[in-house]
Amino acid sequence: MDAPIGFTLNGKPQAIVTDPDRSLLEVLREDLHLTGTKFGCGEGACRACTVLINGEPTPSCLAPVSAVNGQTVLTIEGLERNGHLHPVQEAFLTEGAFQCGYCTAGMIMGVIGVTRRNPHATEHDIFAELDHHICRCGSYVKYRAAVRRVVDLTQIEKRRA
Amino acid sequence: MKAENDTLELSQPTETHPYDFGITRRSFTKLLGGGLMFAVSHLRGSAQESGQRSHGGFLGAGAPNLAARIHLGTDGTITVMCGKVEGGQGARAEITQAAAEELRVPVEKIQLILADTSLVPDDGMTVGSGTTPRTVPAVRQGAAAARNLLIGFACSQWSLEPASLAVRDGRVIHANATSALSYADLARSDDAAKQFQQAIPSGIELTPVKEWKVLGTPVHRPNARAIVTGTHQYPSDITRSEMLYGKVLRPPSYNAKLISIDLTSAKAMKDVIVVQDDQFVGVAASNSSLAAKALQALASAAKWENVPGPKPSSKDLVEYLRQNAEGGVPANPFADLLAGAKSLRRTYYVPYIQHGPLEPRAAVAEWKDGRLTVWTASQSPFGVQKELARAFHLSDQSVRVIIPDFGGAFGGKHTGECAVESARLAKAAGRPVSLRWTREEEFTWAYFRPAAVIDAEASLDAHGKIATWHFININSGPNAVDTPYSIARKECRFIASKPPLRHGSYRGLAATANNFAREVFMDGLAAAAGADPLDFRLVHLDDPRLCAVLQRAATEFQWSERSKQKGAAVGLACGVEKGSYVAACVEVALDRQRGQLKVTRICQTYECGAIINPANLLSQVQGAISMGLGAALREEVRFENGKILNGSFAEYLVPRFADVPDMDIQLIDRLDLPSAGAGETPIIAIAPAIANAVFRATGSGVRSLPVQVPKTSS
Repeated sequence: MDAPIGFTLNGKPQAIVTDPDRSLLEVLREDLHLTGTKFGCGEGACRACTVLINGEPTPSCLAPVSAVNGQTVLTIEGLERNGHLHPVQEAFLTEGAFQCGYCTAGMIMGVIGVTRRNPHATEHDIFAELDHHICRCGSYVKYRAAVRRVVDLTQIEKRRA
Repeated sequence: MKAENDTLELSQPTETHPYDFGITRRSFTKLLGGGLMFAVSHLRGSAQESGQRSHGGFLGAGAPNLAARIHLGTDGTITVMCGKVEGGQGARAEITQAAAEELRVPVEKIQLILADTSLVPDDGMTVGSGTTPRTVPAVRQGAAAARNLLIGFACSQWSLEPASLAVRDGRVIHANATSALSYADLARSDDAAKQFQQAIPSGIELTPVKEWKVLGTPVHRPNARAIVTGTHQYPSDITRSEMLYGKVLRPPSYNAKLISIDLTSAKAMKDVIVVQDDQFVGVAASNSSLAAKALQALASAAKWENVPGPKPSSKDLVEYLRQNAEGGVPANPFADLLAGAKSLRRTYYVPYIQHGPLEPRAAVAEWKDGRLTVWTASQSPFGVQKELARAFHLSDQSVRVIIPDFGGAFGGKHTGECAVESARLAKAAGRPVSLRWTREEEFTWAYFRPAAVIDAEASLDAHGKIATWHFININSGPNAVDTPYSIARKECRFIASKPPLRHGSYRGLAATANNFAREVFMDGLAAAAGADPLDFRLVHLDDPRLCAVLQRAATEFQWSERSKQKGAAVGLACGVEKGSYVAACVEVALDRQRGQLKVTRICQTYECGAIINPANLLSQVQGAISMGLGAALREEVRFENGKILNGSFAEYLVPRFADVPDMDIQLIDRLDLPSAGAGETPIIAIAPAIANAVFRATGSGVRSLPVQVPKTSS
């Protein structure tokens, strides 16, 4: 009998009993019905499946669900607060920074991961992380504009502080 | 109609394994000679043309009446129905704009239903950059007809002449009147239902471009918020009650045929359903991991044999395609004019590449009372409906296909094989089944952009102008095989070969190969003539639209100044395809010791008539350039012995952020010209421009894609 795996998912406690070798991506999508995190390649090469584990952007297709026991997981579904989008979501929306949008959730989580790790992250830092991601529609130029908008926002907030 | 026929060719991929799961099950071998939905032979238009207007065809039958296009709710809702699909190319925004413009309502008022065969008219396949020139006008016709009905209704209510009335913000008003009537009032009127049953009149005057208020503006994708919140359900996200997850057993190579399989161990697994139907073997289980374990058990219990036949590898393709060219490769008819003239002869090669949409093929199938519903991604919703009906011996009406907005296609999702497979599994399971192809399956069992071998030979006259031109595309198709340059004696032809891989459509189809070869050859000829590549092109161009984009790109790039700098790694190229005009200038940085290059500057000018959505057009141009960079720099499907050797994103390298510089894009808005589609043509100039930059910097001509940088020996 598989032991229960417990973790914090989008701010709430979550427990699940399942085969511990299943990927976090599969459990999120098939058991917990959080389908905002996407499958793209299954080998961590496209990062469509990026979630934050303890704040770090991680390809959830490679992480066995057992690895998040006792950890904190944030997915795209956990960003909205009282109907308000996260500023990174707002920036992507304002720029129309996607075409098919299948890579968008992973990109947004990647950007948020970098800015959480380093609140002073430059656009260079963010692009270094995003270079792990694939946008097959080639929306890179508009994604870049969205990231610059995010960086500008953090600069503005820093000046305010 | 020539352009459309060119588009038709290759609009359906070469077919290898049509499924038949009917009561009278026959073997695949017998079926190979049987009738398919479309003509199976690739690269021939005739049978496809005859199906153009029919259900499930290339162009579709369109809306039979106004009710099929627009539904007005008595509560004020306005619903527009359209058979096109949204895969990221922007159809949803543009069709919404089309309806909003003619109905005189804000875009937010329009609910748009796309690609549900039970709800929408068959507007044909979403291919060939056809939505902008064909579907947008069709939707505008319907919306304008509905607006005219509203005016007519007001006239009868108020006993006024139509000329005294105007529709604004969804309401018809009279200049002097305080009252107004809305589309909801029209919907409640006695005659509305009958009027909406009438065919949409064809001659309705559409809003002139200079009066556009919604068209021509940068409208974002209407469901964008659902994308950034992760709530939009792509086909792979669709979840049904009691749903299982499927996997399909694939042969170890293209040449393999299943001889026998022992299902015992897979069948013994708890919560697993195993299906074998002749060559089709698959499983459905309560989760994907369990399905994968069952599939593993099946794979180890399967025996395969290799079907005899040629197994060319990607390394041998140039020779193989040439040897199998139908009717042989024609000789240059101008050969006797070459003697004594300056001439050039080159062979170019463009490999097979993969579309690699980020969402692999996915389908959820659900059977209920003998009727089948499938959610899937395809550029041909009515084609997939027919494919399913044929495979399961059902009437079309018993099959409903729903295409949620999906994760990319680029010409690579014309078919419904995943839909058929999921339906077969669901039928056996008696429960809905979600089948999501893996990346490896997508790389192996989808289809490819065809490889091309192109022979080019030309001669120059005493003034350095092109005197004769002979240009033969083997295998990849006729799009843009003709030259846009004015040349007195020319022969440009496409010749089919025997494709070793299943190939089909792609962004720009064969125009990618033909434009690459022609534009690189032009630089070779310019060098032979001692001319600047820009001047050499302009001397041979009399198409003002192509001249305009070329000159604009060159000016913005400062071609004259940059190209004169010593060792300048700059190149340019241009082209026309599907009614759109493009020119690109690039600068590259070469690392000749390591044989690498990086594109540092891109300047592209694009013109496709009147722009109906500048934001979406810019996305399409930037996206096509990015995708074209992949084909130019790295993408090549390698195969050997019936196996793909680089079927993953770790081995098949597509463009990433670091590859794509910021771009200098000029969109020329020709309000005086009809709008052409722009999902494809902006891809065709980038690869040859890069190759020409390498040629200019190194003196070594590029003959194939991806571009190889000649290494220095030191």
